[in-house]
Amino acid sequence: MAVFLFYKSLLCLAVFAVSLGIAAYSTWWERKFAGLLQDRWGPSRAGWWGLLQPLADGGKMLFKEEIIPNVSNKFLFVLAPGLFIVTAIMAGVLIPWAPDLVINGVSYPMQVADINVGVIFLLGVTSIGVYGIMIGGWSSNNKYSLLGAIRASAQMISYELAMGISLIALIIACGGTLSFREIVGMQDAGVANIVLQPLGFIIFFVCAMAETNRAPFDLAECETELVGGYHTEYSAFKLGLFLFAEYINMFVSSAVMAGFYFGGYNFPFSAELYHMMGLEPGSWMISMIGFIAYFTKTCIFISVFMWIRWTIPRFRYDQLMNLGWKTLLPLSLFNLLLTVVIEFFRGNLHF
Amino acid sequence: MQLTNRKKVVSNKEQSFAERIYFPAIIKGMAITFSHLFKKRPTIMYPEQQREYAPIYRGQHVLKRDDNGAERCTSCGMCAVACPAEAITMESAERKKGEEHLYREEKYAAKYEINMLRCIFCGLCEDACPKEAIFLTDKIVDAHFERDEFIFGKDKLVEKMEQRVDVSKRQTPEVLAFKKIPGLKHNELFTEKLEKGKKH
Repeated sequence: MAVFLFYKSLLCLAVFAVSLGIAAYSTWWERKFAGLLQDRWGPSRAGWWGLLQPLADGGKMLFKEEIIPNVSNKFLFVLAPGLFIVTAIMAGVLIPWAPDLVINGVSYPMQVADINVGVIFLLGVTSIGVYGIMIGGWSSNNKYSLLGAIRASAQMISYELAMGISLIALIIACGGTLSFREIVGMQDAGVANIVLQPLGFIIFFVCAMAETNRAPFDLAECETELVGGYHTEYSAFKLGLFLFAEYINMFVSSAVMAGFYFGGYNFPFSAELYHMMGLEPGSWMISMIGFIAYFTKTCIFISVFMWIRWTIPRFRYDQLMNLGWKTLLPLSLFNLLLTVVIEFFRGNLHF
Repeated sequence: MQLTNRKKVVSNKEQSFAERIYFPAIIKGMAITFSHLFKKRPTIMYPEQQREYAPIYRGQHVLKRDDNGAERCTSCGMCAVACPAEAITMESAERKKGEEHLYREEKYAAKYEINMLRCIFCGLCEDACPKEAIFLTDKIVDAHFERDEFIFGKDKLVEKMEQRVDVSKRQTPEVLAFKKIPGLKHNELFTEKLEKGKKH
């Protein structure tokens, strides 16, 4: 029991640290990548290639003046960023980072919590995330904040539908399991789910971008229209928490995409590679390589998010709603139908 | 009735399927941004790397001395007349006996002030100067907090003999040749006078 608790808390701590570290370095990579895409160099002063920039930014955020507006609802104003970042980190517990580690015959999954309704938990937690934005925007007592919050919540609700339905199609294609671990584990045969669900992946990708409030769907905080959007009134480390949580959201949804559709810690010819290296299943080397593979995929997805941000201009709000309700929702329903028909004829579906 | 032939029929045609699903356009746009990853960057890393100034960069003025350390300016006022911003003022004085090593000619500028806030750094003063006394250098005028600190007197303008200002890039052979045409031969006249004075 003690060993179990120790290993779980160690894993929790690791996930927490990795989430925060990735979020910090996402801010750096966002600026660096944007610079490189725009014929600039990006941050290059703090450390080699600007690698200490997140520390400098974090220090700046900590030491700035903390302003709580007089007209705000103070309790909710303070609560909102905490709520946002907690829900963002919570989604990270589901991710199975690597193949199980076997020590002395006891198997240790590299996942904080293997919930048997993991997919539903994931959707639930990301939905709670919008409360942080809503409460923050509303309690600021500022028109821009409120507009940003309203936009964010409407956007979340609209895109969650298509996202959920594309996930249902994925679950049907995966034989009905809702556990993240099993969905990733099923892909070790060499066929990633992207092959089975190409349309579903595209829908999920677009929806994930909208859910994380990333450009071109960053209407909740578009500077040109709403100053800072829902975090207009926030300053110092509360603002930092909001920005951090957004990057953690991005990290988690990248990891989810890599796990659901791109095989997670599996990669083509992984079994052959492990066999060639003479590794027994459950050795720490396999876990290590699997983790590196998963992590690389996640980082590539984060970069693609950024790449899209610095390429495509923002949607207009009516275009956003049209895309969500009139395009993605019917498309995801069609995808669901298609999946059901295909799985039925493959004989994987039993009534 | 057609008045001009500039009328244009606006094309308002329906978007094709490829245009309506946006994806080809998005992929194209992403390919364009990706290609910029490998482009050469025009960035100049400023403190380590500096953009080269043009040889005739017009910055802060200098009042030159001649090789013997005497001020060349004779307070003729041509620069002040030429100045379009009226930034230059001066007061003249007569050279006393025993000051020949300080001032080259009988008349000199006792006070010479340029208001750097008025100055537009056009360089007309150095064009107007018949004595090759005032030049613009590549030094950038320092920042100050008060307006009166921008009025530069002789203490800041006259070059020091231990740190002479090189204006050879601005004194191109063409400029020198122009200034040496008859009637403008102040350089030769002065050297002749100087040599005579030495003989006496």
